[in-house]
Amino acid sequence: MLMGSLGMNTALARTILVGFIREEVRKVGLTRAVLGLSGGIDSALVAFLAAEALGPENVQAIIMPYRTSNPESEAHARLAAEQLGIRHDVIEITSMVDAYFESYPDADNMRRGNKMARERMTILYDHSAAWSALVLGTSNKTELLLGYGTLYGDMASALNPIGDIYKSQVWQLSEAIGVPQVIVDKKPSADLWAGQTDEQELGFTYREVDELLYHMIDLRYSRSELIAKGFGADFIDKIHARVQNSHFKRRLPVIAKVSNRTIDRDFRYSRDWGK
Amino acid sequence: MDFTVALAQIKPKLGCVADNLALAEASVADAVKAGAGLVLFPELALTGYFLKDLVPDVALSLDAPEINRLKELSRHIAIVIGCVEVSPDYRFFNSALYFEGGELRHVHRKVYLPTYGMFDEQRYLARGERFRAFDSRFGRLGILICEDMWHLSAPYVLAMDGATTLLCLSSSPGRGVSEDESLGSTSAWQKLTATTAMFLNCRVLYCNRVGYEDGVSFWGGSEVVSPAGSVTARGKLFEEDLVLARVEEGELRRERIFSPLMRDESLPVTLKELVRIDLERGC
Repeated sequence: MLMGSLGMNTALARTILVGFIREEVRKVGLTRAVLGLSGGIDSALVAFLAAEALGPENVQAIIMPYRTSNPESEAHARLAAEQLGIRHDVIEITSMVDAYFESYPDADNMRRGNKMARERMTILYDHSAAWSALVLGTSNKTELLLGYGTLYGDMASALNPIGDIYKSQVWQLSEAIGVPQVIVDKKPSADLWAGQTDEQELGFTYREVDELLYHMIDLRYSRSELIAKGFGADFIDKIHARVQNSHFKRRLPVIAKVSNRTIDRDFRYSRDWGK
Repeated sequence: MDFTVALAQIKPKLGCVADNLALAEASVADAVKAGAGLVLFPELALTGYFLKDLVPDVALSLDAPEINRLKELSRHIAIVIGCVEVSPDYRFFNSALYFEGGELRHVHRKVYLPTYGMFDEQRYLARGERFRAFDSRFGRLGILICEDMWHLSAPYVLAMDGATTLLCLSSSPGRGVSEDESLGSTSAWQKLTATTAMFLNCRVLYCNRVGYEDGVSFWGGSEVVSPAGSVTARGKLFEEDLVLARVEEGELRRERIFSPLMRDESLPVTLKELVRIDLERGC
């Protein structure tokens, strides 16, 4: 419908994001990064950026399939890792996840999906400590704004290079940086069950929602301006509510104020304090 | 006079004054070796930018040992550098200090403290109250710190006060990646430095930092802009650099003859209208 505004100078974005990974990793005295590689485009893009920033020998990818994961996902993850020449290990999460749900056999897909995401997070953070490597996040701006991710699961990381990049821009940058075409072209999926696709589950396409989010968030169009621009009122309201209702996922836990200096309220320092 | 200027496009460490002073000393040495008479550093070069509650911890009073060290260094080369200054009544300023011939010759306290969007300066810092040009070995100078430059009146006042060279110290964050060739912040600044130089028949020496703080990049691209508004030297984008450029007196002389805008600028008309506006607003 309204394409054009999400176009991106990919060379410039690449320079900024590669520099970001390199400097923010080295600043804390480390040289390495670890990330979960799902076989999808977001984590593939982050792997490409990280390999360029730190050198392939300093990036470790962990592929963490569950028994219901599409085997194609693992194949695509391997394809990306092999093309980059980065170390990649496969760690199945089936036994841990299933052991837990033996006690909760009636758990629904959402609980199971969340558990898988958090199981993967614990593995990444364990490797972070074992290998002195920072965990790279792979959530894009669209997912973060919609809250389409698991808190303390796939949303957990030390550094997120693509959190200010919409999915439509992830596609552009991935193509420019050489992510294998088969990964760029496939339908985005959380891969929690066979045949699942993000767009089916969300009820709209990434391109549609990215245009809306870009005008609503980045350009601060009002509701009436968005309608005048051609966005449906129901769509606007639905997305606005999603952004609002998922805001807790984008914040630190709320601390009850008691003292005169409360963390993050009147005790404020950049994370790069002293770096 | 003709001179060589050095723009030290450095990458300060957040909150680490000693490390940043060492960084500055290294750039001073390089600039001296290259024959420069004046070296510019970025805004808050001695401290880093997103200081927040660190402001009081990194602030320097004007009799601090770090200031004395800069005085010493200025026996070899004139230096302008950004830091947090604490006044005797414990106000904290985003300041630029000009050293020449072993002395601190001028202090500019940032007047326009951006406090919107990603910026939060007024929460932590006190506002400067003046724009004053001052005499130096390189002619009459005026200092602006980053956001100051975006207020037309600020470089205007300095130029009316006789400044022929504007020194602008900056910590400009990189933002606005679109389909355009340049970052939004880069193209905006490039328009601004060139236009300011052209309107005021002044040279603009612009020094911007590089590096990242909490995911925010600083894009560099420091510039020497001639009084005609053309760029004579430009630093690398996103990378540390020492930009060296020859600044010629003749260029200024010729531009002021060719385009005598500052000669013709009417202080009485401007003043009269500003006074009228002020009176009317008060009603």
